[in-house]
Amino acid sequence: MSLLSRLQSFSDKHAISESTSVTPLSAVTNKLYSATEGDINGRRAILLGTNNYLGLTFDEACSKAGKQAIDNYGTGTTGSRLANGSYSQHKCLEDDIAQFYGVDHAIVFSTGYTANLGVISALVGRGDTIMLDEHCHASIYDGCNLSGAEIIHFRHNNAADLEKRLKRLGDKTSNTLIVTEGIYSMLGDRGSLKEICDVKQRYDALLMVDEAHSLGVLGKTGRGLGQESGVENQIDFITGTFSKSLAGIGGFCVSQHPQLEVIRYTSRPYIFTASPSPATIATTREALKIIVQRPQLREQLWRNATQLYNGLQELGYELSPEISPVIAVNANTQENAMSMWTQLFEQGVYVNMVLPPATPGSRCLLRCSLSAAHTSEQIKCVIEAFSNLRERSTVQKKIA
Amino acid sequence: MEKAVEEIISEVIPILTKFTKPDMDVTADSHLMHDLDLDSVKVMELMMELEDHFDISIPLNALPDVNTVAELASEIAQLKSS
Repeated sequence: MSLLSRLQSFSDKHAISESTSVTPLSAVTNKLYSATEGDINGRRAILLGTNNYLGLTFDEACSKAGKQAIDNYGTGTTGSRLANGSYSQHKCLEDDIAQFYGVDHAIVFSTGYTANLGVISALVGRGDTIMLDEHCHASIYDGCNLSGAEIIHFRHNNAADLEKRLKRLGDKTSNTLIVTEGIYSMLGDRGSLKEICDVKQRYDALLMVDEAHSLGVLGKTGRGLGQESGVENQIDFITGTFSKSLAGIGGFCVSQHPQLEVIRYTSRPYIFTASPSPATIATTREALKIIVQRPQLREQLWRNATQLYNGLQELGYELSPEISPVIAVNANTQENAMSMWTQLFEQGVYVNMVLPPATPGSRCLLRCSLSAAHTSEQIKCVIEAFSNLRERSTVQKKIA
Repeated sequence: MEKAVEEIISEVIPILTKFTKPDMDVTADSHLMHDLDLDSVKVMELMMELEDHFDISIPLNALPDVNTVAELASEIAQLKSS
């Protein structure tokens, strides 16, 4: 099959078309009224498909800092740090992040995706082993593939299954990197970090935790699941993103190990990408301050999550396993998911439709992401929209 | 090795049939995705079952070279002997 025919075949199979009907693939945001409302394809909609957990995308201090950074440093860095050098603000942001986590070393990447890609591929290589939770994000899988290490996955959140696999490795465990997440992006569930840390300590492996969805969301000062679980000192590397709670774009890795600094010279995704733009660095520094200074945002986020979770549960929908800022509604089939997504959109509610193979267990899901900026009234509107769905009676609590 | 692979095939097929449609005929030459209609998610679930059954860990890196039941059995035999 030719290269273009293969693409056409994919397009035919997934019904990708240029038609004017709105689908998750063709939806375009024309205007944003606030962090939680926008105009999508000409329709005003409540935004429930963002990762804007703390609602900071329009924060005044962040915007001001970003504009000032453009005035002072220009719109882009136009090159990588290894070739073109670092801006002082890159170093300041790394210091801020290290201080936030209470560690000595931090490296900033251009995206969260390249943070995982860059850290994993620089830490392990041919002859080493990676043990990752089967629900880990694609960026982690891609980092594993880039590394050339042997990749073994263990059952989701199952420390006993991880231990069984570590035992099989024998004396190779000291060359093993375990990778898990704080909050898993598809079902919004927390990782079993405490149990995994217990196993990791017994087998002398290294542990990396991706706190992309848990930064700003979990822990007393918002550092994530490691902080909430009281096991931060057992985590060797924490990665995360600026594109969710921090409302920008970029990624990072922090560690107590001084060897982290070496990956600036060995990590291809770090070396061969333009460094984060001045505006991105400035808004992220402001947003990081807000995470520390305004814990009430985190509290509001959890109140909002609880309101929506309870409301959808009362309607009888089968939901992801725990209350979380990411709430997944099981739609059972792809047809249901598409129909439900469209009906929600027509009622002015924009959610994420996520389908296999991106979802665990081949589920067809509507994923709702809460923000601290959602009002109680908006969440009531969302619950009302879900109550009107034609499929409601057929997908209620009957899906395995 | 050949005998070991044959024995493994006979153990793999009953496990495989838990993931295929009831009327499917599974043989050593069956292609996991094309003949048995297993998607990538089902293949992953199958691997987990096989790992438990044979007490091995199958690296994900090995999967691109595993297309048929016989190739799968051969990979398992190799992992068991290493």
